[in-house]
Amino acid sequence: MTDRVIDVKDAAVLDSIIQPPSPLPVSLAGPLSAPRLTHLQRLEAESIHILREVVAETQNPVMLYSIGKDSAVMLHLAMKAFYPAKPPFPLLHVDTTWKFREMIAFRDQRAVDLGLDLLVYTNPEGLARGIGPFTHGSAIHTQVMKTEALKQALDRYGFDAAFGGARRDEEKSRAKERIFSFRNEQHRWDPKNQRPELWQLYNARKNKGESIRVFPLSNWTELDIWEYIYLENIPIVPLYFAAERPVVERDGALIMVDDDRLPMKPGETPQMRRVRFRTLGCYPLTGAIDSDADSLPAIIREMLLARTSERQGRVIDRDGGASMEQKKQEGYF
Amino acid sequence: MAPDTPLPETPEPGVSEIERYLAAQQSKSLLRFITCGSVDDGKSTLIGRLLYDSKMLFEDQLATLEADSRKVGTQGGDLDFALLVDGLSAEREQGITIDVAYRFFNTDRRKFIVADTPGHEQYTRNMVTGASTADLAIILIDARKGVLPQTRRHSFLVSLLGIRKIVLAVNKMDLMGYDQAVFDRVVAEYRAFARQLDLTDIQAIPLSALKGDNVTTLTDAMPWYQGPTLIGHLETVEVADLRASQPFRLPVQWVNRPNLDFRGYAGTIAAGTVRPGDRIRVLPSGQESRVARIVTHDGDLPLAVAGQSVTLTLTDEIDISRGDILSTLDEAAEAADQMEATLVWMSEAPLLPGRPYILKLGTKSVPATVATLKHKINVNTLEQLATKTLGLNEVGLATLSLDQAIAFDVYRNNRDTGGFILIDRLTNETVAAGLIRSAIVRTVPWQVLDVDRRARSQMKGQRPRVLWFTGLSGAGKSTIANLVEKKLHAHGRHTMLLDGDNVRHGLNRDLGFTDADRVENIRRVAEVSKLMVDAGLIVLVSFISPYRAERRMARELLGPGEFLEVFVDTPLAVAEGRDVKGLYAKARAGKIPNFTGIDSPYEPPESPDVRIDTQAMTAEQAANHIFTLLSRFDEDADLVDGAAI
Repeated sequence: MTDRVIDVKDAAVLDSIIQPPSPLPVSLAGPLSAPRLTHLQRLEAESIHILREVVAETQNPVMLYSIGKDSAVMLHLAMKAFYPAKPPFPLLHVDTTWKFREMIAFRDQRAVDLGLDLLVYTNPEGLARGIGPFTHGSAIHTQVMKTEALKQALDRYGFDAAFGGARRDEEKSRAKERIFSFRNEQHRWDPKNQRPELWQLYNARKNKGESIRVFPLSNWTELDIWEYIYLENIPIVPLYFAAERPVVERDGALIMVDDDRLPMKPGETPQMRRVRFRTLGCYPLTGAIDSDADSLPAIIREMLLARTSERQGRVIDRDGGASMEQKKQEGYF
Repeated sequence: MAPDTPLPETPEPGVSEIERYLAAQQSKSLLRFITCGSVDDGKSTLIGRLLYDSKMLFEDQLATLEADSRKVGTQGGDLDFALLVDGLSAEREQGITIDVAYRFFNTDRRKFIVADTPGHEQYTRNMVTGASTADLAIILIDARKGVLPQTRRHSFLVSLLGIRKIVLAVNKMDLMGYDQAVFDRVVAEYRAFARQLDLTDIQAIPLSALKGDNVTTLTDAMPWYQGPTLIGHLETVEVADLRASQPFRLPVQWVNRPNLDFRGYAGTIAAGTVRPGDRIRVLPSGQESRVARIVTHDGDLPLAVAGQSVTLTLTDEIDISRGDILSTLDEAAEAADQMEATLVWMSEAPLLPGRPYILKLGTKSVPATVATLKHKINVNTLEQLATKTLGLNEVGLATLSLDQAIAFDVYRNNRDTGGFILIDRLTNETVAAGLIRSAIVRTVPWQVLDVDRRARSQMKGQRPRVLWFTGLSGAGKSTIANLVEKKLHAHGRHTMLLDGDNVRHGLNRDLGFTDADRVENIRRVAEVSKLMVDAGLIVLVSFISPYRAERRMARELLGPGEFLEVFVDTPLAVAEGRDVKGLYAKARAGKIPNFTGIDSPYEPPESPDVRIDTQAMTAEQAANHIFTLLSRFDEDADLVDGAAI
């Protein structure tokens, strides 16, 4: 019971938690002729099954590609699921125009490297009105440039199913969301009226106007994601690795000065700090952490010692306990 | 936000240790379990405690928990672990869990996925949902209350869903003074009940989720207990995946055809193992082939096992589509269009026998109706009650009738090929979970050669036969046969009309009208009719067929009741008077030799199955008459066979 520690006071404790587990009792080894699947192999197989099921049962699926580590894993799984064919759906990135520049460069390179169709959508009204996190606040920015933009993009292309990289371990209301999660014509989620999901059977039949959000990574944890990235050597945005970056400290969060749109408050000057990001989004809304972890093992090691959950870097989760649930009912992914 | 966790001066030693740790993680297995308990048994508290004690909580989550505990907690300011787990805001206010939630935690040995399922009476469907993927069940009992009706219900459902490993967690021991007698009494009572359900693999553990006794560490408060802690047991309990040692099954999920040179069958292996070179059978068609390659993104595999998602290519080009099951040759899956199954009803709208629902099993969806409901089961007493319907959360035994045969296994042998859902065709709601107990009729055997006339006719849903129309030229045979065929066709029957004139243009064009050729003519038509009956068709033969002997030969080629002789009785004078084709005139003029009725005999049937007097009824009336008689023959035959088609 010790591979995740909240009160580690010094790294010596780490030694005790990373001892290789004692040999398994013979009874656990299983039949010799049939190798037992590891937890990551089982998670991988389940996700591939979900990806294929959606392609078989819906007309026009799309993968929401947010460029983060979870999207990286989901995309990797899609490459596996349909091999030797390419994934038979495009990628969609909802661009708020406030993403880190390195994310955009990484996104475009991945699409080229993998030979996949990439759709980039920005809410044109939001763009015309100049909606941004500084001028309108994070709530309106998220509502217009993310939630509304996503709905517009899905409607415009007529997608009836959209893969998302959300995990149930991220947040309490996610823990109760189905893998196939239905949205009505207004893209709203009704948590009280979800279809039971039994065995590996997913009911993908839609009523008129409905669409489905599908979460192939539902049963993965943050640790699973990192272990898998490490074992499978999956490319991720360099922002996850520690480097010297210009940041300012605001309300306890380290905000990176990614371009000249970040207004400086009186007395603020960007300082170079060795930081990295545990989660990626709009740069003004995403806090960095001080870190020296510049490799995957170092990141995982840091995670094992971590004392704060990853969503804390996301500013939108902080307003009230039921916040995420409300946003999802309104159509946030 | 700023971390105060000191990092080592030199990261490298730590990094290599992490690499060792990561290597060790690769041998970690996964255990999925459910927790079942009544409303106040402390289930959410137990799960919250597991997350807390296994150090899965982060500082900010703890801060939120502390704040929530002060605000809405029920533990007088102490940490209320239930708040960690009760996710949706509405239920947080009600203080009960209303849906299935999934939790995750890790130890050195295992990753755990917990389905937190509600204990509330009306939420049977959620428990069944959670149990459908679980390897083990924790049955939570309040030590103060002992075995309750809900405990029995949960255990019944756990047993129904095929979970064999039980942990009996006797909670709230702190409120009973940690008394061994209390524990022993509860355990004895439970074991007695569980035996009826064939639940024998039970580990009983006394604990206090609230205080943490025997959850992750053994408590000093109960020195009389010598067993493992809850976590200790979960980490080491053997849940050997029995599926890997069963006969191979791969429900085809998606046919992968990136180009003309590649055709792969993608799916998740539901049972057994597969290697290149293995012989396989495709169900329900029964075709055989051999595995050529196991294709994955990481390269071809020499072996794949149950649980893996793979893509197979075969050595033969055969017709396989989504919903088929690839299986071993010898121990192939079942294939049938009728089955007996336990249904758990999950919808507010009650079951309507006879209404078509969509049945989804594995990767196959097919229309299905509930033909009969044998009984429903009182989940508290296990009593069987007669019923005409099932309401929300009711469990019953039913026979289902499918529009077509599908491949499956009984649920006891395999969850993934033996469990199904029913979907309402109008609302698209998932209305039931089903667990197959047995096939009722093996309509499609898995030996290819065993696809016999019975199998073919059952697939067509009809009784194949020959209606043999005999009579003079111009008697009206073809006219009536045509009308009968139209009626059969309109009723969805599969038919074929063999007409003397047409057959003589093709198959029998080498034959004339000598006696010998007339006999050969009839022999060939009789043989062709027999093949068509074997194919499951209703064959209408419209031939003069003047000789009794040849008609008897035709009758004897076919099985009893499959040959119906229809005598279209028109006197020569009447037929000759009609002379629709002008043949009688030519025969009388000596231009057609050996013309039946003129210079060649016609032997009328002595006891035809049907006699049509064309002077007493019109062709339409005759056709109606024959059609009605045919239905009656079918009913009689069904009575004799004892099996309606």
